Amino acid sequence: MTLSEFDSFRPSEPARRRREGGKRGTGRRRDNGDGSREMPMVPEPEFSSYYGRPVVKPAPWGDDVAIYLFLGGVAAGSALLAAGGQLTGRPVLRRNARLGALTAVSAGAVALVKDLGRPERFLHMLRTFKVTSPMSVGSWILSAFSAGAGVAAVAEIDRMSGNRLPLGPLRNVLQAVEGPAGIEAAVFAGPLAAYTAVLLGDTATPTWNAAHEELPFVFVSSACLASAGLAMVTTPVRETGPARNLAVLGVLGDVVAMKVMERRMDPVAAEPLHQGKAGAMLKWSERLAVAGGLGTLLGGRHRIVAAVSGLALLSASALTRFGVFEAGLESARDPRYTIEPQKNRLAARRAAGVTGDAITTGS
Amino acid sequence: MGQLSGPTDPTADAHWEHNHPRKGFFTDTSICIGCKACEVACKEWNHNPQDGNLELLGSSYDNTGSLGASTWRHVAFIEQGQDRIVEARESGRALVSLGMPRIGPPAPAASVPADLAEADTTPPDTADFRWLMSSDVCKHCTHAGCLDVCPTGALFRTEFGTVVVQDDVCNGCGTCVAGCPFGVIERRSNGTVKVSTSREDQHAAHPEVPNAGIAQKCTLCYDRLVADETPACAKACPTTSIKFGDHDDMVEAARERVADLHAKGLTEARLYGANENDGVGGTGSVFLLLDEPEVYGLPPDPRVPTADLPKMYRRAGMAVAGMAAAAALAFLGGRA
Ligand code: SF4
Ligand code: SF4
Ligand code: SF4
Repeated sequence: MTLSEFDSFRPSEPARRRREGGKRGTGRRRDNGDGSREMPMVPEPEFSSYYGRPVVKPAPWGDDVAIYLFLGGVAAGSALLAAGGQLTGRPVLRRNARLGALTAVSAGAVALVKDLGRPERFLHMLRTFKVTSPMSVGSWILSAFSAGAGVAAVAEIDRMSGNRLPLGPLRNVLQAVEGPAGIEAAVFAGPLAAYTAVLLGDTATPTWNAAHEELPFVFVSSACLASAGLAMVTTPVRETGPARNLAVLGVLGDVVAMKVMERRMDPVAAEPLHQGKAGAMLKWSERLAVAGGLGTLLGGRHRIVAAVSGLALLSASALTRFGVFEAGLESARDPRYTIEPQKNRLAARRAAGVTGDAITTGS
Repeated sequence: MGQLSGPTDPTADAHWEHNHPRKGFFTDTSICIGCKACEVACKEWNHNPQDGNLELLGSSYDNTGSLGASTWRHVAFIEQGQDRIVEARESGRALVSLGMPRIGPPAPAASVPADLAEADTTPPDTADFRWLMSSDVCKHCTHAGCLDVCPTGALFRTEFGTVVVQDDVCNGCGTCVAGCPFGVIERRSNGTVKVSTSREDQHAAHPEVPNAGIAQKCTLCYDRLVADETPACAKACPTTSIKFGDHDDMVEAARERVADLHAKGLTEARLYGANENDGVGGTGSVFLLLDEPEVYGLPPDPRVPTADLPKMYRRAGMAVAGMAAAAALAFLGGRA
């Protein structure tokens, strides 16, 4: 396409990415990047697909599930902060974190149930326990966590309302178990923050699966910085020292784990993390996390700065979850992300002399 | 819990206590004529509703598109020219020269209906143009990703070694959809298909969609198997391209067929799913293909995600420990 007489002086452009789909069943595509992206690190093999149609199916999950990934992390970190507040005598941090944990975990559970094809059957999640199913393991973790977080938060609500909840003789029981309940929730906090990474990793969705080794570290870091951010928003600075520490540790973990993950993943399967909507969300999530972390470090003792940094951290975590979630769905929609990494690894195994484990055989 | 990967007997892994032979398909795509009798038979027997709009997809004679919640058999059509035929022949020859080991002694050929036994099944050797047709179906994997990740136990291993969803147990969580390395199982939408033709009113009232919101896929006609019947698709197949029987016999028949085709010079023939050492422990539905799997929309090197689950749990455990340590450090470290 020529637009002006000076076009002939432009440097030549690489060929455009051809749309597959269309007419030919065995069309090939891939060029060497279009300049706006990094050059891929492996030579592009020839690649054919069935009319450009996906090979694997994306999980039928809507934004509700991404919201749950975020809220579950907030709840988990909050329960840890609450337990810390409980053990080190920080009553306001303890109260706010407990309330935050219950709110987040309840809203998250509602989002999860809403996303089911048959929401009225959500209790079927608990009709069995299956170690091979991260969803099953996670449902039990979520239930155990919610029990502790619920009791601890109700005790706080009762105290805030001046013992006016109609509890009767149960009040003594409640006050006796609220401490242990808070600790119980904290015990299940880590698993609650980490299992969602296994849930995504244990799928045939190319980007999630390729990320399975580092994703748990990304997710627990994200949970730490998000819950610390929430505490910095809700709680006066005199009690949020530990939250600020946790925020900084979370940001460090998040940025490092994300970088290591991107580096160790199959380069083709990692592409969706850098492209389109998901790429933009992850880029902003990193910026916000770093900004929030710096704000916490430099001005965390100032109430306003602390609150703004907290908000930045919460948004960073939400963007991380949405970005990873969206990148996975995107990788399932394009057959390239299924076929190319698989062809590459098959070829690599064959080159290394392993020929007995291919699904395609000559005899 | 049985093995997570590698060769195994899935029925025994699932703690069935009898010696029911594993059932399976051998789909010989070299004699498929693309009539779609299997698609129709499956729809009818299983009362599967219409899948999406009635539209022409512009992909040769395939207007079904792909396997899905309401499409449990899907016939793929691929048109190829000379270049691609030569390439396929080369890639097939390369597979033969890898010299993959045969497992077990050859058994007598599987039974083929007598009236077709004498038929000449050599695919026509057209050097510059060919149609590939292949009837795809759930693979009933030895290590089924869908089944492994199902949290409710709705998906289960039958006594025939097949993988089936229990409609009244599934809560539509959708985990299995992402867990299948072949993109087979799908959650059925509530089925509000909009028919975009002028005959709107004729199609406006679709019958109510059964099992909406529930994951659906081929059951290998479980209801027919318990009655000792052949699955509807295999029964309807006029060319015996879809063969049904004991899994071991199917694999043996597949090996004989591919050797036969190679002997006739058709080196593009290859088997898909007959190797129990592959990433899913071999499939219950074995295919004979005439080109690379991805040409048919099949993954070239599928691996059941659960094979890596122990490692994932270990990594998650480390992350949990890290999170606890970070929290402890946050409270104990900086009191300043
Ligand atoms: S092909 Fe997919 S749906 Fe069928 S048994 Fe294997 S994992 Fe399950
Ligand atoms: S959608 Fe149904 S069959 Fe699939 S994993 Fe969830 S409960 Fe199991
Ligand atoms: S075995 Fe039965 S359910 Fe499966 S594709 Fe054939 S007809 Fe359909």
